[in-house]
Amino acid sequence: MMSHLRLLEAESIHIFREVAAEFERPVMLYSIGKDSSVLLRLAQKAFYPGPIPFPLLHIDTSYKFHEMVEFRDRIANELGLNLIVHTNQAALDGGCEPASYGTRSCCNLLKTQALLDALAHGKFDAAFGGARRDEEKSRAKERILSFRDIHGQWDPRTQRPELWDLYNCRVNQGESIRVFPLSNWTELDVWTYIRLESIPIVPLYFAREREVIERNGMLIMHDDRFQPRAGETPFKAMVRFRTLGCVPCTGAIRSEATTLDAIIGEVIEATQSERQGRAIDHDQDSSMERKKREGYF
Amino acid sequence: MNVPALLAANERKDLLRLLTAGSVDDGKSTLIGRLLHDSRQLFADQLDSLTRDSERYGTTGTIDLALLMDGLRAEREQGITIDVAYRFFSTAKRKFIIADTPGHEQYTRNMATGASTCDLAIILIDARHGVLPQTCRHSFIATLLGIRHLVVAINKMDAVDYSEEVFERIRKQYSDFAAKLEATDIHFIPISALRGDNVVNPSADMPWYHGGSLLDYLESVHIASDRNLIDLRFPVQHVIRPSHTFRGYAGTIVSGILRKGAEVVALPSGRRSRIASIVTFDGELEEAPAPLAVTMTLEDDIDVSRGDLIVHVNNQPIISRELEVMLVWMSDQPLRLNHPYLMKFGPRQIPVTVEKLLYRLNVNTLHREHDEELGLNAIGRVIIESRQPVCYDPYVVNRSTGRLILIDRVTNATLAAGMILARHSATIGELNTDRTAATVRRPGAVVRLNELEASPAESTMESLTQLLWDNGFQVLAITPRMISKALGDEADQREAADVLARYAQADGQIVLLHPDVPLARETRQWIGRLDASVAIGGSIVNGAPVYTVTSLTQGHEADVLSTSSSLTGAAKFLLHHLAQHT
Ligand SMILES: Nc1nc2c(ncn2[C@@H]2O[C@H](COP(=O)(O)OP(=O)(O)O)[C@@H](O)[C@H]2O)c(=O)[nH]1
Repeated sequence: MMSHLRLLEAESIHIFREVAAEFERPVMLYSIGKDSSVLLRLAQKAFYPGPIPFPLLHIDTSYKFHEMVEFRDRIANELGLNLIVHTNQAALDGGCEPASYGTRSCCNLLKTQALLDALAHGKFDAAFGGARRDEEKSRAKERILSFRDIHGQWDPRTQRPELWDLYNCRVNQGESIRVFPLSNWTELDVWTYIRLESIPIVPLYFAREREVIERNGMLIMHDDRFQPRAGETPFKAMVRFRTLGCVPCTGAIRSEATTLDAIIGEVIEATQSERQGRAIDHDQDSSMERKKREGYF
Repeated sequence: MNVPALLAANERKDLLRLLTAGSVDDGKSTLIGRLLHDSRQLFADQLDSLTRDSERYGTTGTIDLALLMDGLRAEREQGITIDVAYRFFSTAKRKFIIADTPGHEQYTRNMATGASTCDLAIILIDARHGVLPQTCRHSFIATLLGIRHLVVAINKMDAVDYSEEVFERIRKQYSDFAAKLEATDIHFIPISALRGDNVVNPSADMPWYHGGSLLDYLESVHIASDRNLIDLRFPVQHVIRPSHTFRGYAGTIVSGILRKGAEVVALPSGRRSRIASIVTFDGELEEAPAPLAVTMTLEDDIDVSRGDLIVHVNNQPIISRELEVMLVWMSDQPLRLNHPYLMKFGPRQIPVTVEKLLYRLNVNTLHREHDEELGLNAIGRVIIESRQPVCYDPYVVNRSTGRLILIDRVTNATLAAGMILARHSATIGELNTDRTAATVRRPGAVVRLNELEASPAESTMESLTQLLWDNGFQVLAITPRMISKALGDEADQREAADVLARYAQADGQIVLLHPDVPLARETRQWIGRLDASVAIGGSIVNGAPVYTVTSLTQGHEADVLSTSSSLTGAAKFLLHHLAQHT
């Protein structure tokens, strides 16, 4: 009998190889989070002993945690990765930031727009991402290969039926696909695999005493780039992050989990699913699905 | 919480992929919600938003578990599910992936899609309505796609006063129909998804039912032997050449076991070599079973590229440019005969045309219809002509080298999914050439079942198959049903039995013959020429069962080789006998 993790691993490797063989210009979206770390390890395994035959792309909003950027650069250096970092500089020059633009517009410009620009600029026809079907209701139906039209848009009605592991990898000029090799992994699978394989992850996942402020019921990391608002006073608390994104929009949770085992213990006992920590999802019902249609993951 | 122990357990869990099928309103969504809910897979915020959603869209007044399963907004507003949604949960024993597919009339395509990756299907029946045409359709599609385990969950038992009579009536109704299906394993459970009876927890209202709950069954059903570990099939996906000194072939072992040193042949070129190494990121391996994804190197520098199939020299697939296929049509554009399509087959994309539509199958009645058209959601038997030779195994023999999809060359849409059938004439012709080429094929054996007073032939065949599988033999169980399934109702049973048995025996398999399979004289003769051929029979003597194993080998006909008081005893002798003679 083979363990489900080995089965999932084999399935993901199969997807990587198939897409790398069939597409002209694949790229892997690298978000620095735990899912990306697993994705990276699987890509290494898929092409070992050769190098990963495509570049990694990080969309840097410039508002990411410092520790994320340090981690990214260190890993890229250690593994000799071909890493592309893209930022929507025009939007930043125009003053784009979450407080004045609102999280939705800010995300739109710095993430979605930036991603679409970078994909178009690199003429990438396939982009690997770390999304999982268990993350959110609308993703339960996402294909492993998700088809996008020339504008990078997703239309639930034009998605192709996906049978067995026979992936239809054909696209016309200008069309592209997003590929989700972790589709069938759950959050617990990801953590178990990280532990099993000793995969390095950003220290922000581990609890530590950090300086935070409280805003709309969320604990936001105090950071030199953002001044506290009127009435907000930074204080120290033992916290960690369940998901990583931009500093002002990513909530920390109070936690004593300083080791991987402790984190996993928390995950198992979790009473809140993981995306709750992100401000963006609170905008309105079905927001994730709308973002997906627009091109955001 | 003891995290290391929990993780150690989690690392060992295996995986069951299952499908839920039922008509609209049979309670599929409620059932899945119930499984997730009662096995404590729901997070608190999902429960919150569920309560919110239930107020907005719900129909049950309280928390509507069905809403958990709906995802896309448009669908939610229409109140129906229109695609395949995947849900995950795990217990201490297994991880489960549930493919939820809609029960709506026009969605055969989604059901086939969901079924393609599944080991097991839950067929839901509303106890108030019994077996409906859709029930038959769902069961048929599930088995057509190769699902061997069916769980018939008779739902809404609360609405029929938890009546045993109703349950038994439906069970009988279903069993009558299921005789037409080739499912090896059918299991019935009375449930109420709404109230939770027999879903995760046992029911207090059905004391007459003594089986376990649905979850008990899902946790324990034996699926490991469904995996083909006999026939090595390794489609090369990607060639890895980091340097001039290393040339590795990356791919997924779709069946069988890859072993260092094994003599292999690359198809279709026919060039031979030996496996020099099995390379993985985690170190080299001596052997690797399906379905691992590995990279291997060969001893000789033969020309192998993406799309080639690597197999053992003495266990080769069929090579042909003509395929007989059951197609599930998935596009609004109906099938066009002699129109150029692309076929994706393993890693290969091959130009093909569909030459002939033999018939269309009415999925509600399983009757054949002779018509020119194969449109969306229709299932038809066709002949596909390929521009290049295709190395395949019939889908019933090997799920991974007998499947294909058809793609439109202009729009790139996926048009159809196909299961390759065992082919009569082609099989005979090609087997002969194949057999001469294969010099050291390990011969199989034929085991004929006689009328069994002691236990029904069906279940005896099942237990024997299982036992042989578990002991490393590959088995082909031939029954009248299986023949009609593989070759069609018009097939001459004698001739078909002969071809299938010859093919499988030559291939090193153990052929189990059902007592009702008619045998031609020629067939009896060649069976008699095999050393290991035996018959198993069971009779009742003085009220106790006696199982006998007798020889079918020429000159020893009807020699009693062993008698025993249990099937297991007979099977033990059989294993011993086979090990000696094959
Ligand atoms: N009485 C009764 N009603 C049920 C049961 N399971 C589901 N239902 C109801 O049947 C209707 C359809 O259920 P739903 O799960 O949406 O069906 P689906 O269309 O198959 O997904 C809803 O009103 C459910 O509350 C059951 O076990 N007993």
